[in-house]
Amino acid sequence: MTQRKRTKLVWAAWFLAVLHLVILLAGFFAPYSYDTQDREHPYAAPMRVHLVDAAGRWHFRPFVYGLKAREGSLTAYEEDRTQMFPVNLFVAGEPYTVLGRFHFQTHLFGVQSKAGVEAPARIYLLGADGFGRDQFSRILYGGQVSLFAGILAAALSAIGGLFLGMVAGMFGRPLDDVIMRVGEIFIALPWLYLLISVRAFLPLQMSSTATFALVVGVIGIVGWGRPARLVRNVVLSARERNFVLAARGFGAGKFYLMRRHILPATMSVILPQMALLVPLFMMAEVTLSFLGLGVGEPFPSWGNMLASAQQFHVISSYWWMLLPGLAPAPVFLACHALADSWQEKLKSAV
Amino acid sequence: MTRYLLRRLGHGLLILFGVSLLLFILQQAAPGDFLSDMKLNSQISEGTAKALRAQYGVDQPLPRRYGRWMLSVAKGELGYSFAYNVSASSLLAPRVLNTLLLSVPALAITWIIAVPLGVVASAWRGRWLDRFFSAGTSLALAMPDLLLALLAILIALRTHRYPVGGMHSVGAQDWGWFARMKDLGWHMALPVAVVVIGSVSPILRQVRSSMIAVLDSSYMRAAEGHGLRKWTLLFRHALPAAANPLISLFGLSVAMLLSVTLLVEVVMSWPGIGPLLLESILSRDLFVVIGAVMLSTLLLVIGNLIADVLLYAVDPRIRVQA
Repeated sequence: MTQRKRTKLVWAAWFLAVLHLVILLAGFFAPYSYDTQDREHPYAAPMRVHLVDAAGRWHFRPFVYGLKAREGSLTAYEEDRTQMFPVNLFVAGEPYTVLGRFHFQTHLFGVQSKAGVEAPARIYLLGADGFGRDQFSRILYGGQVSLFAGILAAALSAIGGLFLGMVAGMFGRPLDDVIMRVGEIFIALPWLYLLISVRAFLPLQMSSTATFALVVGVIGIVGWGRPARLVRNVVLSARERNFVLAARGFGAGKFYLMRRHILPATMSVILPQMALLVPLFMMAEVTLSFLGLGVGEPFPSWGNMLASAQQFHVISSYWWMLLPGLAPAPVFLACHALADSWQEKLKSAV
Repeated sequence: MTRYLLRRLGHGLLILFGVSLLLFILQQAAPGDFLSDMKLNSQISEGTAKALRAQYGVDQPLPRRYGRWMLSVAKGELGYSFAYNVSASSLLAPRVLNTLLLSVPALAITWIIAVPLGVVASAWRGRWLDRFFSAGTSLALAMPDLLLALLAILIALRTHRYPVGGMHSVGAQDWGWFARMKDLGWHMALPVAVVVIGSVSPILRQVRSSMIAVLDSSYMRAAEGHGLRKWTLLFRHALPAAANPLISLFGLSVAMLLSVTLLVEVVMSWPGIGPLLLESILSRDLFVVIGAVMLSTLLLVIGNLIADVLLYAVDPRIRVQA
């Protein structure tokens, strides 16, 4: 393993760790909640954060201007140079919950209305959608659905693939044939057709949590074929290794062998494989939600946020509505970098 | 040859059979169907609903229903659309043609682009050209296909050079055939481009890595030592040797391409299988869903059969085995 690969591994791992932390603590990093509406400012454009005011004076603290409607337009705004709102750190705002049980009120940054000023202070780093909901906050919250759906589905299909692959590898024919043939069908089919058809036969209207669980389940079920095939191949080669044969010669049972010798050997393929499956399944969730078969409003996912961009007037006038579609890209790249260098590391460790 | 082909054909039929069985078993898990939604309609009496259930055979047990469906497949009907009151195949047939119209050119262009570029990347491994391609393919892979399709729409909206979705211009049916063809090609340009961008990267990478495996072998070095020209070496000697895994990939690439096509169809309102599938899911039009998935599987099986024939032509080992 070269030094470059090692640096790549470390960088990718750190990037992903920080990203997940930010997404997990979305309430803290987002200035608003995912469903806070601002009916005064639908489709507000991404705001510019200023350091120099209209008079040319420098400010130590960055600030944003208030918004006022442009003459003769309902959804185009310009900066109201008379109103300045400094961007404060650790401001008290809307209450939020972290991990579903801890309640807080402090946000990393935000703007506060001044006493006596009519216009409410708002900060839209990445613009607002048709309900005046902050895109930045919604992308962070949407990551909770998209990112974690990817991870959970990958874990599910890795566990399923691990189990079925081990059974297929250890017990041989005819079980091996049956499992691998079915797995081949799952790998060979166009995944989107398969995904959609499995989803088709399940209830369409459900609560957000139930839909989330369902989407994770469906993606996980559809994706077990690839890890199962990898695991089976590892099992087949591992059980012919000398130390495994020796253990068997000493009278070790099948389950002992699987647990003690085969399972650790499969880890070197299943973990990098998971790093590849996570972005794939994240895309699957984004696609399902985009098509209206996944998590629904008001809770955001990167997919259902993109769905509004299907309307021509939205996509042609408000480019920031496309930003949720960019969100998966860094995750994808980091996961691939991680898988790539991790594989090498595990290979050199064996 | 015939024995080999028959065996591959049997394998394809087995996949079709397996998928249909899988779909019927899954469908058993579905809560309610098109007819049970009728209960909400107060104008349809209990008796009518029951009679309809009996007429369509929905009240029968699973094996029976599967048998009936198989019979209707044999008749070329693929079951029945509850929503449109016609056979599912009459709904699906024109849609399949449209999907093919999009995916076959896309498949051809994808391979025509991917193979030379992959070969070039492998020949100049580690140089700036290779790095450029690897960065480009990473980026194309990381971009969700959804975003690509939406960006294509944005381009059409902004430049006014391309149609915004759809397949024909208004009133195109009255034009002469040449004008109609031109119109169709104009509508196809952007969707095909999106499908190609969405599916070219993994193929390019595969071409590169299997070429590298060949280029590293000692017989290639020997050929190089004989003073063969670089292009002859690459395309005349290395590419055929690397073709085997690529041809197997051809079958898989059909599946991948169909998935991308589905998304592009939905986003860019191309009247293929995709929009119909989505619509029939939302209205619980069971047989149309099953029919759409079966047809996509059929396309996949055909793609794999083509790959098998090519493999037979290219790989002498298979000819000896068969």
